[in-house]
Amino acid sequence: MSDQTDLDYIVAHSKARAFYPTYERKEELQHQTHYCPGCGHGMVHKMVAQAIDELGIQDRTILISPVGCSVFAYYYFDVGNVQAAHGRAPAVATAVKRTRPESIVISYQGDGDLAAIGSAEILHAANRGENISVIFVNNAIYSMTGGQMAPTTLMGQASTTSPGGRTPAEGYPLHICELLATLEAPVYLERVALGNNKQVAQAARAVRKAIENQVNGLGFSLVEVLSPCPTIWKMSAVEAQRWIHDVMEKTFVPRVYRDRTQTAEARPAPGPAISLEKVPAMLGVAAKETPAAFAGEGAATAEIDWQVRIAGFGGQGVLLLGEMMAEAGLDAGLEVSWLPSYGPEMRSGTSNCHVRLAREPIDSPLVGHPHVLVAMNEPSLHKFGSSVRRGGWVLYNGDDVPPECERRDVHIVARSFTHLADELGDARAANMVALGAVLEIAQVLPEASVDHALGRLVKSPRWLDLDARALTRGREVLREWRGEVCHAE
Amino acid sequence: MADGRRDGGRLQVDTDECKGCGLCVEACPPKVIALSERLNHYGYRTAEYAGAGCTGCGICFLVCPEPGAITVLRLKRRPAGAAEGASV
Repeated sequence: MSDQTDLDYIVAHSKARAFYPTYERKEELQHQTHYCPGCGHGMVHKMVAQAIDELGIQDRTILISPVGCSVFAYYYFDVGNVQAAHGRAPAVATAVKRTRPESIVISYQGDGDLAAIGSAEILHAANRGENISVIFVNNAIYSMTGGQMAPTTLMGQASTTSPGGRTPAEGYPLHICELLATLEAPVYLERVALGNNKQVAQAARAVRKAIENQVNGLGFSLVEVLSPCPTIWKMSAVEAQRWIHDVMEKTFVPRVYRDRTQTAEARPAPGPAISLEKVPAMLGVAAKETPAAFAGEGAATAEIDWQVRIAGFGGQGVLLLGEMMAEAGLDAGLEVSWLPSYGPEMRSGTSNCHVRLAREPIDSPLVGHPHVLVAMNEPSLHKFGSSVRRGGWVLYNGDDVPPECERRDVHIVARSFTHLADELGDARAANMVALGAVLEIAQVLPEASVDHALGRLVKSPRWLDLDARALTRGREVLREWRGEVCHAE
Repeated sequence: MADGRRDGGRLQVDTDECKGCGLCVEACPPKVIALSERLNHYGYRTAEYAGAGCTGCGICFLVCPEPGAITVLRLKRRPAGAAEGASV
């Protein structure tokens, strides 16, 4: 083809601008998607990209990537992206759209994602009529994980988990469009297929319409695309395409299930978000003007990174203890994290939390090797005692450390905080006694910040007083203990 | 173009990107696409233009799963009276 001849031709169909020129995912193959030959995702991606180009919305589109084969959509689309946990894309899309109403939010999901683990999210997003566009790619199987039965698997269809074919004992194929069409709010629901040329062209129109509806502010639109998976179906690309048309469509009928595009009125845009300054008043707490002066200038450069693990049984105030530290740290202008970990029981289950207080931004809220462990019962000491860093501290709620938990390379303070709290008036303040001791060790939280946290988290005046006394007692306990050490040495 | 007529369209295939699934071969209305005998760098038989008759309809582009494997060109409309191939 000579240049001279090329001049007579214009480009009619080419790669959409909404795609990156190359895909950075791998060293090699940067021209190609990671999809198998003949995969429907590529076709649907192109339809979405084409619609983004045509509607001129690339700079305000935010794609919500799912879990499944299309998890890597963010490597291909040159738009904003949030990758959601399995099934949660419509919930994430809701948040993105509501906080950034000017953005165009496209939730892209497969059937293992949307129709199984995410069935609640899609149902409620549709029922709320969220002004988002959902592209639902249905291939009747879990493909990425190797071909397990999905809710959308056809009756009689074999999968690795229904090798003899799906029977009624595994339920029936879930019809998402039909299901959502029973709801009042959705504006546009259509099932399309990639079974032949005509259907592919119709699918492209439907995808564009679903996105255009959002641009016009009309509300919830969903397009279900019956899409080939040649690899898992064990067919050639062309056979898979025919199977959609000849077999899959018998179960999943392609048609429009709801179309109020002509009559729907644009939904009012949400009002401006409440300004942060007003939030404390709405919650009935005093606004804090500026973070309390944490320390003098010299101290501001000192490195701080305290990692604390607090463990006990549910009901001992283990989580509150950690929350109090984090709250006080926040008040003192530190970076903080508080990560609770507990079972479903409200009482008597095990419970622990990770707390970090640092000057620099915190990379991970997990505390694997704490500087300080507060073990509010013996099982906690058994479980976490060995994880404490050398030179660290173990605060044990008991007067005698079990021999197997003894360590010579850490400081072990064994006092019954429960007993001490009981002496003060209520054994339930044991957590605050322990906190007092932690504060005395760490020495990074000014008392004003601790008082602030206490007032913020403890509402009852009776408890406020008791907790304040318990904190003081805890500090004393540690000073006494240090005294003993000095004395012993 | 031995007969002096030009195709209404032209097909360009990025042989690095094509995975040889064959959907374009199946979809092409005038049936002018075939899979090559040669294998590309990754071992795929890629799509190629197999003779005259492309109309530039773009259906091959639509069914192709790869974003940029196929580019379709279409012959410019000429002002009335301009002879075919006058610029050659």
